[in-house]
Amino acid sequence: MKLQRHGILACLAVTATLALAACGSDNNTSSGGGGGASSGPSSAISCAQGSIKAQGSTAQGNAMTAWTKNYQSACGSATIDYTANGSGAGQQAFIAGTADFAGSDSPLAQADQPKADARCKSGAAIHLPMVVGPIAVVYNVSGVSGLQLKPATIAKIFSGKVTTWNDPAIAADNQGATLPATKILSVHRSDSSGTTDNFAKFLSKTAGTDWTYGNDKTWKAPGGDAEKGSDGVSAAIGKSDGTIGYVEWSFAQSGNLKMAKVGNGAGEYAELTGEAAGKTVASAKTAGTGNDMTLAIDYHTTTPGAYPIVLVTYEIVCEKGTPSSSLPLVKSFLTYTASADGQAAAAKVGYAPLPDEVRTKVASTVASLS
Amino acid sequence: MSQSPIAGPAETAPVTAGLAAPTDLGPTGPLGGGGGLPSRRRFGRESLFRWFTTASGAVVLVVIVAIAIFLIAKAVPALRADKANFLTYKDWFPDDPTNPKFGIAALALGTVEASVLALLLAVPVALGIALCLTHYAHRRVASALGFVIDLLAAVPSIVFGLWGRDYFYKPVQDFSAWLHRYFGWIPLFGSGGPYGKSVLLGSAVLAIMILPIITSLSSEVFRQTPKMNEEAALALGATKWEMIRMAVLPYGRPGLIASVMLGLGRALGETIALALTLGATYTFSIDLIENGGNSIAANIANKFGEASETGRGALIASGLVLFAITMVVNMIARLIVYRRREFIGSAA
Amino acid sequence: MTAAVANALEARRLPRWAPAATAVAAAALAYIVFALGGVLGGGPVLTVVGAVVFFLAGLALASGIVEGSRAARNRIATALIYSAFTLALLPLVSVVFTLVSKGTARLDAEFFGHSMRNIGPQDNSGGAYHAIIGTLEQVAIATLITVPLGTGGAIYIVEYGRGRLALAIRFFVDVMTGIPSIVAGLFILAFWVLIVSPHLSPDGLPFYSGFAASLALSVLMLPTITRSSEEMLRLVPVALREGAYALGIAKWKTIMRIVLPTALPGIVTGVMLAVARAAGETAPVLLVAGGGAGINFSPFHGLQNSLSIFIYDQAGSASTYAPARAWTAALTLVALVLTLTIAAKLLSRRNKLR
Repeated sequence: MKLQRHGILACLAVTATLALAACGSDNNTSSGGGGGASSGPSSAISCAQGSIKAQGSTAQGNAMTAWTKNYQSACGSATIDYTANGSGAGQQAFIAGTADFAGSDSPLAQADQPKADARCKSGAAIHLPMVVGPIAVVYNVSGVSGLQLKPATIAKIFSGKVTTWNDPAIAADNQGATLPATKILSVHRSDSSGTTDNFAKFLSKTAGTDWTYGNDKTWKAPGGDAEKGSDGVSAAIGKSDGTIGYVEWSFAQSGNLKMAKVGNGAGEYAELTGEAAGKTVASAKTAGTGNDMTLAIDYHTTTPGAYPIVLVTYEIVCEKGTPSSSLPLVKSFLTYTASADGQAAAAKVGYAPLPDEVRTKVASTVASLS
Repeated sequence: MSQSPIAGPAETAPVTAGLAAPTDLGPTGPLGGGGGLPSRRRFGRESLFRWFTTASGAVVLVVIVAIAIFLIAKAVPALRADKANFLTYKDWFPDDPTNPKFGIAALALGTVEASVLALLLAVPVALGIALCLTHYAHRRVASALGFVIDLLAAVPSIVFGLWGRDYFYKPVQDFSAWLHRYFGWIPLFGSGGPYGKSVLLGSAVLAIMILPIITSLSSEVFRQTPKMNEEAALALGATKWEMIRMAVLPYGRPGLIASVMLGLGRALGETIALALTLGATYTFSIDLIENGGNSIAANIANKFGEASETGRGALIASGLVLFAITMVVNMIARLIVYRRREFIGSAA
Repeated sequence: MTAAVANALEARRLPRWAPAATAVAAAALAYIVFALGGVLGGGPVLTVVGAVVFFLAGLALASGIVEGSRAARNRIATALIYSAFTLALLPLVSVVFTLVSKGTARLDAEFFGHSMRNIGPQDNSGGAYHAIIGTLEQVAIATLITVPLGTGGAIYIVEYGRGRLALAIRFFVDVMTGIPSIVAGLFILAFWVLIVSPHLSPDGLPFYSGFAASLALSVLMLPTITRSSEEMLRLVPVALREGAYALGIAKWKTIMRIVLPTALPGIVTGVMLAVARAAGETAPVLLVAGGGAGINFSPFHGLQNSLSIFIYDQAGSASTYAPARAWTAALTLVALVLTLTIAAKLLSRRNKLR
């Protein structure tokens, strides 16, 4: 009967699908033609065993992927799982005990710090700056490249005061360039994000008169196009003319988007490079007490060549009181990420390396975790 | 109880003589009858079966009550911290350390707007396809069509979201511009601004997503119409369409309403597709093509990752509101169905 | 329903070529009005839509005059029903075309045989094996939990329930259909992961698992299965049941041997719709299964990934190689669910009493 024949075919198809269970491997150490980012830092890693879980910021997602790859390639019996589902989710998971450490773009809120401390039973929860993520101002205007913008102009664009690309404010920043009369479509994030928070913080500190919306993880200014995730912003910029937005550097690179030069406190227009972003972080002051290394970024920095819009992602970890089953691997992994090799690996995938003095301080704090 | 079209079983004497009459004949179910003859073994299995089904039904109640308790427990602290009126305030800033204010006015209205529009777009098309599948199309075409509908059902919501954001976006934009140009005097199409993501885009994608649910279930319902009713109508000289109107649709109305309700439930709770295709603003307007639109579930998807304790509680409070909306909508639907059930021959 | 013609059997009929001729005339008219005349902006889309509208109007008019109003209504209904079919095809073709054209990029053995462990942002390799295993296991467990519960509950509502309990269950099942998937995930996170799982783990700490994801998916699948099964059971003719009772068959046996098999194709449709939805859910699974990068065959311990989480992660990742993986995973998911749906439907239709 036809039905029987079809039924058998269907059963075969289902069985084949299930037979997939027989073959499959985790062995991905050979990365072939992808230009494997690491040239064997394995000599510098002291391995630990076990498996740990971490959650948190999407901004440091790429860095974490590169780090886990390098660490796990060198230390086969270790597993580090980082789920990039947002700083808030990471903090909550850390407090609840389902994550061994959390990645967060902003420090714990005052109300949450005691809860995190309680999780660490015998110590406090500290913030260790680990990743410097520059925020790029990306744009897509046909016929325009090498755009330069002062913070005040950026504020005016994103708050809707400047509406066309040939506005005098933009022309003043770009002497001699021909700008079209296209309407500006500014793109921002629809979801809560640490990137929005830091970008808005930059605008409110450097262009306070033009940017009156303060800073929050949610975008507050009216108008513009809202996109979910940096991938959404990147896609929106890529496909429409006349758009401008803000994304992490790694997204600007992978989307091949043009980045604007931003005016810094020294009066120059700084191009986004790892070194330039590092200079801004080097001038930051430590706002935390004791081993806590929360940083206060100086967006007005007068260091020449510094790119001022940066975001620092912290790893929130217990100073004392990490469960003994996960402590060795947490320490070993964070030692790697805070090492020169680790930071160099992150620099290859769209981040700026931590300035040396910050890095050494972080490394010594990690060594003292217990 | 409906009339049984088959004469016979009720009038024939019991086949085996000498057995005692059943003791339990009270209507315990809509179809009456405690079942067969009282054999001890049968009663054992009978009660076991009945117990199992009752327990299964009760599980649903337990889960719902547990979810409701969970939602209320998590929402109350945030609601207490809210400095604005939760039901009438439109913006969403629960994580502001000094002045947390949030309200569901825009979100709830936006959810209802998007879902109702999606239903309006999807239901006529779904019913048309279901009728086509069961009564109009040649058998081979019908199975191909059924395959197509199954294919649509198999596509995950994130793919619809990405497709809507990257590909469907342009046609909708052009359509919005056209609507405004020629019908801009209707308040629904009043916005002349740059067209981005709007309620129209979100609802259209949502309609495409709930189409397979309504179509599949409706076609199953239509398939079950007794051939006798259909043939009787045709024998009386009805055209095909009249036959469908007289025999198929009324018989299937409760089933149809159930499938529409399931589609609506999916639409109300759709998270990721709407997060990608709605504009995520906190305003409400009946202007369908304006850049904006938001829904409770999409808001949860957007804000959850970065929310602190109060933020989470606020999002859960909005989930509670969605619960309430679903309850009201379903109550209305049940009322409509209850009135109709007496006229139909199905088991009620 | 006043017929314009006295005796329908003797009424004149439109000639067979009439619909085709009307179509041609409508197309020509639409071309003149929209394409050449530019009414309402013109353009190819408007021309096609205009042609369809003119066709319907012309057919209605011609049929009304020649055959009578009832026949006219019949023709219009038929035309509208066929056009509903075409309308649904358009977005579907677009979605499938997008899926296939973008999804074939990574259809290689590497993709189906490897996981994402040790894949860096600049590596072009890596695959979704761990995600496929995760989806299969999580959805299988969820189905095993919800199908008995859902059909059992539906049987109770239809066959046994008469009082307030049945009413309450029916009502709350409907309410449950509207739960946003992320709320279901949060509930399982709070209840299972944070409260129950520490008691189950050796070191007393809460842990994620694929089983928790199955529970979250069950919460989403249960109302759909219960509701659709309820409707399908109600559609079984009363006569069948009464016949069985009259022959002395016990109630439970009637349900199991007669009612359920009759309603089976419809119930299977409802189940596969729920399965399709569950396989495509991202948020709840991400919250409680964690989304690990390595292969994990155990749904009861350790992070698991799933195809939907994989798609979401890769779609939002900054790596240039990620979007290709996302689309191939999407294509895999659709193919998987489609295969299961068709298999289930084919197997269940053998029981139809037709």
